[in-house]
Amino acid sequence: MRHGGHRRGAAHRAVYARGQPWERGDAAQNTRHRRRGQAVKEGGHPGGTMNPGVPTGPLVRPYTMTGGRTRTSATGLDMASIVVSTREYVDGDSLEPEHAAILQLCDTPISVAELSGRLDIPITVAKVLIGDLTAKGDLLAQAPLTTTDIPEMNLLQAVLDGIRRL
Amino acid sequence: MASAGYDNGTGPGANIPVAVKILVAGGFGVGKTTLVRAVSEIAPLHTEEVMTEASMGVDDLGGVEDKATTTVALDFGRITVNKEVVLYLFGTPGQGRFWFMWDELAEGALGAVVLADTRRLDTCFPAVDFFEHRGIPFTVAVNRFDGSCAYTTEEVRAAVDISTDVPVIMADARERESGKDVLLALIGHVLRRRSPVLSG
Ligand SMILES: Nc1nc2c(ncn2[C@@H]2O[C@H](COP(=O)(O)OP(=O)(O)OP(=O)(O)O)[C@@H](O)[C@H]2O)c(=O)[nH]1
Ligand SMILES: [Mg+2]
Repeated sequence: MRHGGHRRGAAHRAVYARGQPWERGDAAQNTRHRRRGQAVKEGGHPGGTMNPGVPTGPLVRPYTMTGGRTRTSATGLDMASIVVSTREYVDGDSLEPEHAAILQLCDTPISVAELSGRLDIPITVAKVLIGDLTAKGDLLAQAPLTTTDIPEMNLLQAVLDGIRRL
Repeated sequence: MASAGYDNGTGPGANIPVAVKILVAGGFGVGKTTLVRAVSEIAPLHTEEVMTEASMGVDDLGGVEDKATTTVALDFGRITVNKEVVLYLFGTPGQGRFWFMWDELAEGALGAVVLADTRRLDTCFPAVDFFEHRGIPFTVAVNRFDGSCAYTTEEVRAAVDISTDVPVIMADARERESGKDVLLALIGHVLRRRSPVLSG
């Protein structure tokens, strides 16, 4: 199914599916909502509607929690960053409850995504709160490996072995 | 003590494991969560990201209440590789319009699994396009919904139009062994891309 030996690649696929995730223009936004006219239900996740443009979700609580701060880029945290407490015990009285709850879960290393899931707070909010604690030295964070860090064949081999052992 | 095992004499936290990420992408309802569940050592955790105009590139959002917001569901699983390395599998949001999430998810990712359903193959195109465009190694796993797969992997490869070195394999996302095979195919592909000499 090749045309003159050349892969049709993205251009071929684009005939079917317009609006790739990296296209940020308005045009892409518009087509993205309704490329395949069939059973692709936008916002079909159980327990939440995701109609574009319609405010949903418990926003008040998270934003109260972070004092309205949402600039998470400053924290340098990734959702796969792993954090661990530097304290041996958590003195709940001297901390905001959200901070104490995080520290309690961080006595063994845990990822930002897991903290977010277990505490049921959005990732953005978790990052802000975790950022507070790393800034104070209560938590240490370890960034995930980036692609350039991964030339190590033995790391890939270890991952391979880890999967085989499952 | 609470931090037992992490006080190794070189300072607290010196032994924090490092995470590596693999993404599980594909169209809506194609079996992403099912695959994560099959191979994860924990029940897939579910979390949310708040989508705001900030996520769309606007840096500040005073008065977020006034702005259009929505939440994006995200689920993920974990495989402990060893003391130093933890593998996270992130199921990407099926809706392509949540590209801002894909950006962060893809950052530093080791590779990706694109799940395809041959009954609606085109739903995997945006994911394939995304990973090709980013140069992120991926493998296509054809999730065989009962009796639905009338195609060979080579027919799928031709229809999706991916390069011959990208592994395309049949899978059943509900089976751990099958999920493992998918991940092993991906890591094998990553290894071959890094040292082409080894590839046969
Ligand atoms: N027969 C069959 N059913 C499957 C298979 N994989 C997934 N399913 C079913 O398909 C449905 C959707 O699977 P999910 O894992 O929730 O799909 P998803 O991609 O996470 O869906 P979204 O996150 O909503 O986009 C579930 O009812 C699964 O049980 C498979 O290999 N065979
Ligand atoms: Mg899912």
